[in-house]
Amino acid sequence: MVEKRSSGKLEVSLPSDKEILLTRVFDAPRHLVFETMTKVDYVRRWWCCMDGFKMTVCDIDLRVGGKYRYVMVGPDGNEVGFRGEYRELVIPERIVHTEIFEPFPDNPALVTLTLEERDGKTFYRSLVLHDSKEARDMHVNSGMEVGANLALDRLEEVARSLSGTNRGSGTSATHSQA
Amino acid sequence: MLAERLDATFAALADPTRRAIIARLSKGEASVMELAEPFDMSQPAISKHLKVLERAGLVSRGRDAQRRPCRLEAAPLREATDWLQRYADRMEARFQSLDNLLEELKEKENAHGRKKK
Repeated sequence: MVEKRSSGKLEVSLPSDKEILLTRVFDAPRHLVFETMTKVDYVRRWWCCMDGFKMTVCDIDLRVGGKYRYVMVGPDGNEVGFRGEYRELVIPERIVHTEIFEPFPDNPALVTLTLEERDGKTFYRSLVLHDSKEARDMHVNSGMEVGANLALDRLEEVARSLSGTNRGSGTSATHSQA
Repeated sequence: MLAERLDATFAALADPTRRAIIARLSKGEASVMELAEPFDMSQPAISKHLKVLERAGLVSRGRDAQRRPCRLEAAPLREATDWLQRYADRMEARFQSLDNLLEELKEKENAHGRKKK
């Protein structure tokens, strides 16, 4: 395994009641980042990262109108599936696709992924637009249930960071109230 | 409801003055006068912000009739940061696996010149 590089931590914010914005820097050129996000053999290597989880389905038909489906299975045998359709495709810089969390097929989200290359680094930006605040919150909540398996216990650190006495950018939880 | 509490918390935190008040109170309790000091703001203006924070359960006021010191209530803040942070942590774990894969691909590419797959 290659050692971890400092690529800059993921930042998550809530730009509006229906959106989630993820931004991150990858220390790699854009064409490689694009490949790792769109080729089956590569997606299988990173998408399912949690202990005890296995990726059982990874189908990608990368063309406008083409579909994808990702499924992982947990240690308890429960399946977690996502699927969607590609709506726009500009290789290797932009993908717009729908995303359906399979237990809730009536709440598709629209994801706009852009990759920008600067000085050999790739700036990743993913804007997830839900059709309601409830669906958006459910999406964030899904991290709580699955995330419980990661035994994350860093509340103190996070509370400190939000109050501005420590690294602040990782939790820019701005939220515009309608 | 968790969702309603989170809404109140995020709305209260949407203002920079209120975030600065929270930051100040994270270092210990303070009176309204002490809180107003670093800001170019009147005490009534600060009191208004404090009321919003109080309603969201982020700040409580002491009984001392003279000073009524303000203190930070950490629980709702933790609930809110935890909510978004757990999601971010899960995604970050995934992206760290991706970092490792990218390092491997970069090395491969350097070894073979810039041969695209």
